[in-house]
Amino acid sequence: MQPTDTSHPDYFHRVVDCQWACPAHTDVPEYIRLIAQGRFTEAYMVNRRSNVFPGILGRVCDRPCEPACRRGRVERKPVAICRLKRYAADHRDEVRALLPKVPRVKNGHRIACIGAGCASLTLANDLMPLGYEVTIFEQHGAPGGLMRTNIPAFRLPQSVLDEEIGMILDMGVDLRLDTPIRSLRALLEDGGFDAIFIGSGAPRGKDLLLPGREEAAANVHIGITWLESVAFGHVDRIGERVLIIGVGNTAMDCCRTSLRLGARDVKVMARKPRQFFKASEWELEDAEEERVQIVVNRSPKAFVVRDGRLAGMTFDVMEYDIDASGRITGERVTGEEFFPADDVILAIGQENAFPWIERDIGIEFDARDVPKVDPVTFQSTREGVFFGGDAAFGPKNIIWAVEHGHQAAISIDRYCRGESLTDRPRPRVTLQSRKMGIHEWAYANEYSPVERRLVPHVSLKERFRKIDIEVELGFTAEQAAEETQRCLNCDVQTVFDAKLCIECDACVDICPVDCLTITENGPEDELRMRLKAPALNRSQPLFVSAPLRQTGRVMVKDENLCVHCGLCAERCPTAAWDMQKSHVHWPHAGDVPEPAPRRGERVSEGRVKGDERTVEAGV
Amino acid sequence: MTFIPKPRIDHPNLPRNALGLTRRDYEGALSTLCAGCGHDSITAAIVEACWDLALRPETVVKLSGIGCSSKTTAYFVSRGHGFNAVHGRMPSIATGANAANRHLHYIGVSGDGDTLSIGLGQFCHAIRRNLNMLYIIENNGVYGLTKGQFSASADVGSKAKKGETNLQPPIDPVLLALTLGASFVARSFSGDKRQLVPLIQAGLRHKGFALIDVLSPCVTFNDHEGSTKSYAYTREHYEVAVHADFIPAEREIAVEYSAGEALPVTMHDGSRIVLRKLAEDYDPTDRIAAMAAIQEHMRAGEYLTGLLYFEPSNREFHDICGTTDVPLNSVPYEQLSPGKAGLEKLLARYR
Repeated sequence: MQPTDTSHPDYFHRVVDCQWACPAHTDVPEYIRLIAQGRFTEAYMVNRRSNVFPGILGRVCDRPCEPACRRGRVERKPVAICRLKRYAADHRDEVRALLPKVPRVKNGHRIACIGAGCASLTLANDLMPLGYEVTIFEQHGAPGGLMRTNIPAFRLPQSVLDEEIGMILDMGVDLRLDTPIRSLRALLEDGGFDAIFIGSGAPRGKDLLLPGREEAAANVHIGITWLESVAFGHVDRIGERVLIIGVGNTAMDCCRTSLRLGARDVKVMARKPRQFFKASEWELEDAEEERVQIVVNRSPKAFVVRDGRLAGMTFDVMEYDIDASGRITGERVTGEEFFPADDVILAIGQENAFPWIERDIGIEFDARDVPKVDPVTFQSTREGVFFGGDAAFGPKNIIWAVEHGHQAAISIDRYCRGESLTDRPRPRVTLQSRKMGIHEWAYANEYSPVERRLVPHVSLKERFRKIDIEVELGFTAEQAAEETQRCLNCDVQTVFDAKLCIECDACVDICPVDCLTITENGPEDELRMRLKAPALNRSQPLFVSAPLRQTGRVMVKDENLCVHCGLCAERCPTAAWDMQKSHVHWPHAGDVPEPAPRRGERVSEGRVKGDERTVEAGV
Repeated sequence: MTFIPKPRIDHPNLPRNALGLTRRDYEGALSTLCAGCGHDSITAAIVEACWDLALRPETVVKLSGIGCSSKTTAYFVSRGHGFNAVHGRMPSIATGANAANRHLHYIGVSGDGDTLSIGLGQFCHAIRRNLNMLYIIENNGVYGLTKGQFSASADVGSKAKKGETNLQPPIDPVLLALTLGASFVARSFSGDKRQLVPLIQAGLRHKGFALIDVLSPCVTFNDHEGSTKSYAYTREHYEVAVHADFIPAEREIAVEYSAGEALPVTMHDGSRIVLRKLAEDYDPTDRIAAMAAIQEHMRAGEYLTGLLYFEPSNREFHDICGTTDVPLNSVPYEQLSPGKAGLEKLLARYR
């Protein structure tokens, strides 16, 4: 294998599995260390820089970081990253003084956002400090988009939502509530905006057109619309027996909301077996804790109407052939079953809808009636019109929408300044040694064997008293302290200098997870099997050093299970191994394009050139 | 050394031996030797060898004297027995323990000071007795614990860290062992586990005294320019004369050896050592020729390594002394003690 090019910014970034998996590239280990030190405000600000809504995301994020977490491979369960994020948000001090400063003198560019959801708000958060005037048009009477309408208050309290949205609006955003855009053409022609950002979400829930649908219409609800009506107080009760069709996260919100509106018997009907469910595992667990029954292998067949009223639904009972790799290779109907119900809620997906975008104004749509959007610049086929969030590529999640907002902000800033949209600032990684003394490191390198802490919940009796009682209580101080120690500090990188190595084997011998080997180089497939412990997880790269001075062999590190304990560096007599904190500088609007630094380049802690908004967040 | 203990996390792909144990199960306490010490590599090689042989940890006896080397018995097979003897007196303790129970695996770890200075007499007599044990010398040419004075194995002309040159000739444990009739004599290097691990395995299975002199650089006091026992010097002046592959009795010989190149030798328990000659005209079965070749290489400033001399069948300590096969703690008291009448009879012979 070729020696690994660690000067490429992706190499060390990728080692930090959580940060690599996070669409917004939040520096997770950094903020977990800050929490461990009790520096909740700083932890919050590290979060806010990349994900903008730490209090909200600390409750309802889809958490792509957690399945990626190395801890999940080293033992079984990942670090409770999301829960810790909430802990920092709940315990921080006032942060208003630390927020990006908005200049009094504006730069003369006006930007319109359509929809006051997470993508538009992120865009405003990035552009207001640069002197832009941002106007957000919102069809509802309150900002927040899906975060407000589709996420029930028992998961996300309104106060948290209002405060974090308020931080952005108070930068001086011109928010126009109850102002749906009926014609994009009119906005383009008469609005006087330099650029338009469409962050209107995927507001149309899918319907299920089966026999009886029309007759039963009064008791058949579209999930996201129904949740929206509940959020705004238009709906406050539901029948005793409720069937939820679909088994995604919206279905979980629907079933749990039903229980709080008077339902006694709630069943979630799934077409396929559990391993094919779209809902996050923890949302399924939370629903099942509330005695929601999940019925698998039932495919909806018809709405049954008796005496002019919905009486229930019939389902085909399904059977599947599943091969060794877990794919469905065949299916058949083995019978039919009737389930009585007073109400049915459809939660089988949602899609974009742009009836207000004229089709002759230069914005092209593809065959599925989805706008064509550049995946890097987020610009549509019409210059100056950008898309982001669910409106861009269909339903994803909040954290993806936030990153879309960041990227669109870069594009709009460059567009307004007449610069190329494709010549974007590049991510950079800088490294800084964490060595304090012979055996002292500026991070807690000891491995904590503690198992994942479970967040306490409000009792099953209490939580149903009102619709907006937050079920999760958040970690106690002791739990948070223990959970922070489960983090493996993957951002404190093992950095190797082949020139210094005397091949004494000390690092190889001490490594607690056998991830180091000094051996002859070879092709990757063969080399992977020849290591001290075979490197079978191919999704994790091998580090291969330059040839070592004394024998010409190479140092190979399997990144898979490294627990970043620093013992290799402690045992190294020549400091060929060092533990260095990697800072991934993921560019935001206002950053200037510049080449990635060479390895080992020292950049002052926590500052990115051209970015005035960074918090001092070093250890 | 390190300040935090090596965390106990098993790599899921870490292989298990016949007893279902991983290498981690053969580790010991946290090493307090200097970072980069060759001794720690030898410890790792012993761990690897014991694991691969699937020795039951409780059948391992670890013996040592005094010195950096003698600390290392604490760092492997923590579930075994251990005895840290007075300086240079480890062979006596080994003899006593071995006399009491011949069914355990005796691993003596000593240094060049412990073996070649204060313990030289003990060392020689253990060889003469052909004590059934593996004797490892962690040889670095200096007294590390007392800050780097030359030891008895320092080569003429080798420079100390502060610049003095050694003028006294070294005692070479390999040549000494050969003169004393040792049947298993090897030299290796802490930085070459591929050579060292099979040697340790073969030494453990060898019936009789097995000596492995392991060059083990002192990273703090003897790893500089001018030293003849540094990592760099050893690697440059290192010639493998004979490579020994060890194949336990229960395993097939998996590698194809061409005729003439390799010499398989069967040991008393059915294990085999396949000797591969890497230096031309070197014969590891001819004691006198081997001694001559080793001395020639020494004159040229080279370390000849590998299983330098080996003869399989011979009489070990117990055969010579005609001692009981049963461990003394299992011999019934009536048999163990001759009683008053028996003692009288015995004493009468000396009157």
